[in-house]
Amino acid sequence: MKILVCISHVPDTTSRINFTDNNTKFDTTGVQFIIGPYDDYALARAIELKEGSGATVHVINVGLVDTEPTLRKALAIGADEAIRVNAEPTDSFFVASQIAAQSKAGNYDLILMGRESIDYNSGVVHGIVGELLGLPSVSPVMKLDIEGNKAKLAREIEGGKEYLEVNLPFVAGCQEPIAEWKIPNMRGIMSARTKPLKVVEPVAADGGIKLSKFELPPPKGAVKMIPADNVGELVNLLKNEAKVL
Amino acid sequence: MPILVFVESAEGSIKKTSLEAVAYAHAMGGPVTAIALGDVDKAALEALGTYGASKVLHAADPKLNKGVVQVFASVLAKAMQDEQADILVIANSSLGTPVAARVAVKVGASLISNVTALPDSSAGFIVKRSIYSGKAFAYVALKNQKKVLALKKNAAAIKEVGSTVQVTPYPVSLSDADFAVTITSSEKATGEVLLPEANIVVSGGRGMKGPEHWAMLEELAKTLHAATGCSKPVSDMGWRPHHEHVGQTGVKVAPQLYIAVGISGAIQHLAGVNSSKYIVVINKDADAPFFKAADYGIVGDAFDVLPKLTEALKNAK
Repeated sequence: MKILVCISHVPDTTSRINFTDNNTKFDTTGVQFIIGPYDDYALARAIELKEGSGATVHVINVGLVDTEPTLRKALAIGADEAIRVNAEPTDSFFVASQIAAQSKAGNYDLILMGRESIDYNSGVVHGIVGELLGLPSVSPVMKLDIEGNKAKLAREIEGGKEYLEVNLPFVAGCQEPIAEWKIPNMRGIMSARTKPLKVVEPVAADGGIKLSKFELPPPKGAVKMIPADNVGELVNLLKNEAKVL
Repeated sequence: MPILVFVESAEGSIKKTSLEAVAYAHAMGGPVTAIALGDVDKAALEALGTYGASKVLHAADPKLNKGVVQVFASVLAKAMQDEQADILVIANSSLGTPVAARVAVKVGASLISNVTALPDSSAGFIVKRSIYSGKAFAYVALKNQKKVLALKKNAAAIKEVGSTVQVTPYPVSLSDADFAVTITSSEKATGEVLLPEANIVVSGGRGMKGPEHWAMLEELAKTLHAATGCSKPVSDMGWRPHHEHVGQTGVKVAPQLYIAVGISGAIQHLAGVNSSKYIVVINKDADAPFFKAADYGIVGDAFDVLPKLTEALKNAK
C-alpha cells in the first residue's frame, strides 16, 4: 500500500499573529513553524499502518525552500520519502491541484491530510483533491482501519459520530483521536537526513481568489471582576450590560 | 440572478446556521432560492420564506436522507445550473464545508470558507473571513463569475422579512458512482443543544475535578438553554466525549456567551472560543490566563459559585 500524507507548514499554535507590509504579509518574526497539528495526526496514523501491515509513506508539502525542515521532521517521524512542490501556497485550490497532480503521478492507495490547516482553517483541500481526482473524500476522520481493499472510518459530526465504509483509494481529512502524535527519535532524525526529498515544480492552477489584506481583531477590553459572593451582579451585567440573556 | 442556499436540517428542523445562510443571501440582495435534501419537515421548509427565501426547492429522494458528501455536491452543482445561480451559500459544518469544496470544483467557482461578514461589492467582490483560528481576518477578492461561500456562525443575523412560501419538489437523478462511501450508522446526541449551533456555551475544565461533577454544569446549561463543552484535557481523560472538546483541535464555537468553569485558558483553548461575543471565566486561581481574555470574571471555587449562579439565573427568569 502506498500512502501520501499532505503536510502543512504552519505557525506553532502559541504564536502571536502579526502582519507586515501594510497588512498584506504574515510577520514571521519570532514565529516557529511546525507540522500542522491535524496533519501530524494523519502522519501518525500512516506510520501506524506502515508498522502494522506494511506500507510506503510519502509526504508532500507545497512551499518554498524554508518548509524543508518541516518535511525532514516528517521523515524523522517515519515517512519514507518527501516531495516539495516549489511554490508559495497561495490558496486552497492551488495547493489541492498540486497534491492532485502528485497523487496521480505516484498512484497512491490512500491520501491523508489534516481536516484543516491551522493558518487558514479552510477545511476544503481534501474535498477539492477528491473532486479533482474523482475519488471519495471523508472528513473529519477520527478512526481509520483498513481491511484489504476496504476502509472502515468514523467521522465526527455535530453532536456525535458517523460510521462509514469506503473502498481504496480515497482521500481523508484527519483529526484526533485517529492516532497519537509521534515524536521523532534519534535514529529517525539521523536517517531523515539521507531520505529522498524530491523538489518538483508546480502545475498551473488558478482558484480565482486573491488576498486583499489582513486585519487583526480589535483589542479586548479589560475584564470586570465580580466577587464570588455576589453572583447576582454577574446575572445583572449579563442581562443589562451584555444583553445576552 | 438568484442566490442558491443549501439548508441543512437536524431532527426535522432547519439548522440555525442554515437560517443565517438564508439571511446572508437575502442581505446580499437575493432573490434567494433555498434547497434542502432528504427528509426535512415540510412546515420548516415553508417557513424559510419568513427568513428571506423567495423559492424553496426540496429533493426528497430517500437516498438523500444520509449526507453523503459526493452525492450532495452533485445535486447542488446541478441545482446551480438549473436555477442559473452564480452564487451558492452554505453554512460551515461537517457536511456543508466539504460539500462546498466539491461543488466549487464542479462548477469552476471561486471558493471561500469561514466567511464572517457580507461581501463588499463596491470594487469587485471582497469577503471577510476568519483565519489563524479566529486570531485574525483576511479580506479576499473572489474573481470568478461563479462563487461558493461557506459561512462561519454569526456571519448574518436571522430576521423575519417575509412570509411562508410553497415548497417546490426538486427531482434528482443520482449517479451510483457518487455513492462510493456508505454511511453504515451514526451516533448522535438527541434533544440537546448542539455545540456549534448554541447561543450560549457552558464549558468545564480540569477544575471540575471529575466527570461525576458534570451534573452541576449541565444544570447551569439547562437553565440557560446552553450547550456544554469542555477543555482538551477533559476530553483526553475521557471525562467527556470528543465532540464536546472546544479548542484549536476541537470544536470552534462562536456563541453570544461562553462561560468557562475551571479552565485555565491555554492559548489552544482560546483559539476555539475567541469568536464568542462575551466570555465569563470562573476559576479559583486569580492568575489563570483566561481572565485576560474574559469580559467578566469571578475568582472562586466552581463547586461554590456554580449552584449559586444557577439559582440566581432561575430567579432572574
